[in-house]
Amino acid sequence: MPRLLPYLLLLPATAFLCVFFLYPFVLVAMESVTREGSYSLDNFQRMVSHWKFGTAMRNTLLLAAVVVPVQLALSLAMASVVTKLSTGRSTLLYIFAIPLGISDLAAGLIWLAIFEQTGFLNSALYGLGVIEQPVLFLSYQNPMVIFAAIALAEIWRATAIMMVILVAGMGLIPKEYGEAAEVFGATAWQRFRKVTLPMLKPSLQTALILRVILAFEVFAVVIALGGTNFPVLMEETFQWQFTLQDRGVAAAYAMVILGISVAFTILILRLLHVPKGARV
Amino acid sequence: MAEIRIKNVAKQFGAFTALHSVDMTIRDREFMVLLGASGCGKTTLLRIIAGLETPSQGEVWIGDRRVDKLPPRERGIAMVFQNYAVFPHLTVFENIAFGLRMAKLPQSEVDRRVKRTAELMHIEQLLKRYSGQLSGGQRQRVAVARALAMEPDVILMDEPLSNLDALLRLEMRAELKGVLAESKTTTIYVTHDQVEAMSLADRISVMNGGYIVQSADPVEVYRNPAARFVGSFIGNPPMNFLPATRAGTNQWTVAGRVVPGPNAPRDRIEFAIRPEDMRLGEDGIPATVRVVEPLGAHTLVTTDVDGSMLRALVDSDLSVAPGDHLSLVPQPDRVRWFDPETMEAVR
Ligand SMILES: Nc1ncnc2c1ncn2[C@@H]1O[C@H](COP(=O)(O)OP(=O)(O)OP(=O)(O)O)[C@@H](O)[C@H]1O
Ligand SMILES: [Mg+2]
Repeated sequence: MPRLLPYLLLLPATAFLCVFFLYPFVLVAMESVTREGSYSLDNFQRMVSHWKFGTAMRNTLLLAAVVVPVQLALSLAMASVVTKLSTGRSTLLYIFAIPLGISDLAAGLIWLAIFEQTGFLNSALYGLGVIEQPVLFLSYQNPMVIFAAIALAEIWRATAIMMVILVAGMGLIPKEYGEAAEVFGATAWQRFRKVTLPMLKPSLQTALILRVILAFEVFAVVIALGGTNFPVLMEETFQWQFTLQDRGVAAAYAMVILGISVAFTILILRLLHVPKGARV
Repeated sequence: MAEIRIKNVAKQFGAFTALHSVDMTIRDREFMVLLGASGCGKTTLLRIIAGLETPSQGEVWIGDRRVDKLPPRERGIAMVFQNYAVFPHLTVFENIAFGLRMAKLPQSEVDRRVKRTAELMHIEQLLKRYSGQLSGGQRQRVAVARALAMEPDVILMDEPLSNLDALLRLEMRAELKGVLAESKTTTIYVTHDQVEAMSLADRISVMNGGYIVQSADPVEVYRNPAARFVGSFIGNPPMNFLPATRAGTNQWTVAGRVVPGPNAPRDRIEFAIRPEDMRLGEDGIPATVRVVEPLGAHTLVTTDVDGSMLRALVDSDLSVAPGDHLSLVPQPDRVRWFDPETMEAVR
């Protein structure tokens, strides 16, 4: 009996997940390969042949490719600083974590308020005499600016979650390892590279997987800042589902997003694999 | 030349003083043991020498360089940590090679030194393993090998044997002594185990409450404690102390007997004798036996002398039982005296 107890205790949660997650998931998966009552890859055909698919895919991947590495570097730097602090550490953590408490749409709107024609940036530049009249930053003629604004908003919004995970991870590394490295000749940078980073792998895995998956699901920030001028996968899903009323293609998009997420999760797990016996 | 000189070093942690003005010199190639009870500041002093802690005041010199402002890596030291700090993400080979790689030695030299120290520590068959696949004793060997591979001027060790079981400890102790004697480095070794200290040290520095109370060779520390603390800390069982009152010039009354002693400027001092330095005989200290503990070669007898405790080691052939009255005669040349106010030895 005691051997079965853990499974018994996990049963309600498992059942809940099956009913409210696995079941709808299977429905969506079925939907993506069903067209007019019969199984086919027609939905995927339609999705791929639409002119926006390539752009949406490219934009999504590009955004992730820019945002995630920047966030990784920033969160590592911030976590290293926070870990070294002896006083004011929790205050700083709270400040860094403020963007975490804001929904992604609200975050998008905050940055819209900065970049739009009547926004802070224009008033500031105008006030300083840098520009003669307000500039329309976020127009379809400036895709690079839209991209930069979205990337900035994403970085601002979601770096803290990685940092919090990394701070926790760094806290788990015994101080002695850093000291041993120091005594045996490592500079601060070498200590970070040769000791902290390798020992941080499990936390890096968690942080990166979480962040990469969220990056592929980017939506509200893009809508707020780019509207339809900057198509991404999630936005296309939304468009097909609600504007074009084609649930089959929307489901196909959902499957594509899932596929990319799973692929990258596996890649991250592989790349940051810690061999057995080499764990802390 | 790696003589270590510590000049007037003190360390405060906030309002708490962990070290009070420590002065000591460790000679080139000497094996110095820092011995003291838990919390007396041994690790703090060692970390100050290593550069992992900055002293609140004072200077640290290694050879002819003042090092207290230098980072650890510029001090020419290697260290064995209490929990070994063998990197879990590196193989044994890379652990031993760590410092050599930091020093950018050529691969051939790295290979040579890793091989040599691994052989010295008998871990050459473990080089491909990770530390998670090692026993505590093996990890300890890796930590020592990593330090030796640096061929440093100075090796610092913080209780390197304290996490090993008793048998392994004995074995590693002898091995360490041999290896370090051969390596010709200056060694500072922290321990709270007096047997370890005695068996390893060229000299022992006994610490108490942030002070160094005595630095001398092991026999001297044992025979002639400079302070009451040293006598009460070293020896198992430790020294006995009995109150003595002045009976005349250089004459003191101890347990009702008048014995010759020093000329101290007080009326009350303390008489001290080690348990093994008493024998049974006529006209000794009258003692009532309380506890009898046979130890094999000897029997430890705990007695009561006018309300003070007195322990004696007697031959195990002797049959004694609680309640017996013994007459214990101290060996005159082994009697020591202490001043109860300053706690220092009176000669
Ligand atoms: N970072 C610190 N902050 C505050 N107090 C400290 C700090 N490090 C050490 N201490 C205090 O300084 C005193 C000496 O500590 P230290 O670690 O040197 O003792 P030790 O002799 O090595 O003891 P042990 O045998 O238990 O290792 C202790 O009372 C300890 O509480
Ligand atoms: Mg200690």
